[in-house]
Amino acid sequence: MSDNSSTVSTKSFYQQSTNKYSGILSWLLTVDHKRIGLMYLVTIGFFFLVGVTFGVLIRLELISPGPTLMDAQTYNSFFTLHGVIMIFLFIIPGLPAIFGNFFLPLQIGARDVAFPRLNLLSYYLYVTGAILALLAVLLPGGAIDTGWTFYIPYSVRSSTNISLPLLAAFVLGFSSILTGLNFITTVHRLRAPGMTFFKMPLFVWSTYATAWIQIIATPIVGITILLVIIERFFGVGIFDPALGGDPILFQHLFWIYSHPAVYIMILPAMGVVSEIIPTFARRTIFGYKAIAMSSLAIAFVGYLVWAHHMFTSGMSDEARWIFSLLTFLVALPSGVKIFNWIATMYKGSIDPKAPFLWVMNFIFLFSIGGLTGLVLGSLATDIHVHDTYFVVAHFHFVMFGGTGTIFFAALHYWFPKMFGRMYNAKLANVSIVFFFVGFMMLYFPKFIMGYMGMPRRYYDYLPQFEPLQQISTVGSWILASTILFIFSYLIYALFKGPKASSNPWGGVTLEWHISSPPTLENFHEIPTITHEPYDFSQLKEMQHDA
Amino acid sequence: MTHSENAVYHVHRDDVGAKMGMWLFLFTEVLLFGGMFLIYAVYRYQFPDQFRVAAMELNTGIGTLNTVILLTSSLTVALSIAAMQKKNKFLSILLLSITILFALMFMVNKYFEWSAKFSHGIYPGSEELLNRPDGQILFYGLYYVMTGLHGLHVIIGVIILIFMLVFIIRNKITFNNYVKLENSGLYWHLVDLIWIFLFPLFYLIQ
Repeated sequence: MSDNSSTVSTKSFYQQSTNKYSGILSWLLTVDHKRIGLMYLVTIGFFFLVGVTFGVLIRLELISPGPTLMDAQTYNSFFTLHGVIMIFLFIIPGLPAIFGNFFLPLQIGARDVAFPRLNLLSYYLYVTGAILALLAVLLPGGAIDTGWTFYIPYSVRSSTNISLPLLAAFVLGFSSILTGLNFITTVHRLRAPGMTFFKMPLFVWSTYATAWIQIIATPIVGITILLVIIERFFGVGIFDPALGGDPILFQHLFWIYSHPAVYIMILPAMGVVSEIIPTFARRTIFGYKAIAMSSLAIAFVGYLVWAHHMFTSGMSDEARWIFSLLTFLVALPSGVKIFNWIATMYKGSIDPKAPFLWVMNFIFLFSIGGLTGLVLGSLATDIHVHDTYFVVAHFHFVMFGGTGTIFFAALHYWFPKMFGRMYNAKLANVSIVFFFVGFMMLYFPKFIMGYMGMPRRYYDYLPQFEPLQQISTVGSWILASTILFIFSYLIYALFKGPKASSNPWGGVTLEWHISSPPTLENFHEIPTITHEPYDFSQLKEMQHDA
Repeated sequence: MTHSENAVYHVHRDDVGAKMGMWLFLFTEVLLFGGMFLIYAVYRYQFPDQFRVAAMELNTGIGTLNTVILLTSSLTVALSIAAMQKKNKFLSILLLSITILFALMFMVNKYFEWSAKFSHGIYPGSEELLNRPDGQILFYGLYYVMTGLHGLHVIIGVIILIFMLVFIIRNKITFNNYVKLENSGLYWHLVDLIWIFLFPLFYLIQ
């Protein structure tokens, strides 16, 4: 920065701790939002790989009809664990807990989140939940086999370890709520002077909208899960039809959370896209307010559509068409975002580096996922493809093709800022191609199989599905190897990569104004905001300052 | 970094932010109980008669007594905060202790109420209860879960209030830094508020 910087500390947050400890304890007891973000990255990254392993194993089982690798009970446990781990331990916390923690305070010009110690507590709740979820695998009785949706009455009667993963989901929900309320308070209280709501970067907007969903939706699933646990332990009659309860009521309460949770997963990803596109198109975002407001609109309308998961469960016709109509409404704000992103690129000076290519990957895959969602949202077609591979393909395109892809985009975009090192650009570009090929081979055949009538979660299948199942399994090998490859070159870059400058991509949001990696206090002096968030005219001043 | 001169990290104090966080947390608590009120509403609509019959068996006297106790304790905790604002540490300690005492009285009454029900053979999974119609099983299921979860909140509240008592005695909470006490008070009011809804739903609507 300027000449008088010699008086202030220039040590990065890796060299300076918030507590009196050194070594590993200085990390485990830290309240620094950046270190907590990185601890989340390591932990979530680990559980992601565990989830991938289960996914590859169930795919391997399906390479030929009949028993191949494991018995049916193990298969049931594995697809349940795959779902529980990927949803509760990877996709829901992935972007907000890692990148939200690290970059939300940086982007609004704050020194930390509003409640740093609560932030650390959220992390440990996450770890506790993760351990509880996996503990069930080791205990006698066998791992949970209900599917990640825990539907009543099977989840009350199954003799496998259901209560522990349920408790895990409850604890993870608590962690999610605390992170959400931390972010909301941070955005309201700690914005730098001059940063009005409409000068906030769009990643902050979408994380803010996500935080609201986290605190509004999560308590409902919390209590629902708690009731199932109580029902299992004490035989209290709430949902079990044998005691007069209503299993459909459980499904309603479950989806009242779990559908908005889909937007907890995707909104932060959309925020990252809105960061990356302007930076690499060197052009201010098109329709800033429309994108910001569409995040809130998705958060709001997303609440009112839960019963589209239950079109075949038993509901009145009025309820069904109303939920179907509301489901279609979600497509509007999503469309607003897609078109604004495309419009931002129009006449931009596009620099197709790895983060931008990941985003292109996202737009393509997510559009397929989104459009097939309309097939599922329509009453007539849903009856045909309900609970088939079509649904599986749809949500893997939106969740993995959407949020998962953006997890990698964010990692490649912010890697130099987080670690102060740069990865190999060629390897990054190559891996995007392999990721795309593997992804399409793995999931696209599932649309066809689903349309042909292959039900989801089945252990066995008819011979006519064999070729498509095999393509899908081979795709899973390509995809899993690519993921391992990506982690390898990133870890290599962490130690051996060339030093990154403070602004390698020419971004203009606040995190690019400070050193890579940032100092413990982020800013020597809290900046005063005068520019719009994506005003690239400041790039010259920034280069001048540097 | 073992050297203390490197600990440049500032502890940041923001009372408005702290209260905002607390309100958001209370909001999630309301939603948590809201889920159960929703279940109650659905089943009451489904089995209106059986809910009425089952509700007649609850002891309205003990319920009323507990309502009075809890409402008064909400008053004393609010007065304790007011006393702290007026720099009267002793009075604040006294009122907070009375609040804790009320909370314990509430739990003792709850204990007698539940054990009376247990001795009549009405508890989850009991033969007596399982032989009754579905609506009554559901009523008692909800009764035990909702008042039980509320009781758990009372216990957590007592623990928090005891911590506050210690903080006041050790001068960690003072007349110009009492946001912790205020937030604990807010939590206690929520516990009270939920009871105000539970009481008529279980004891009064007959």
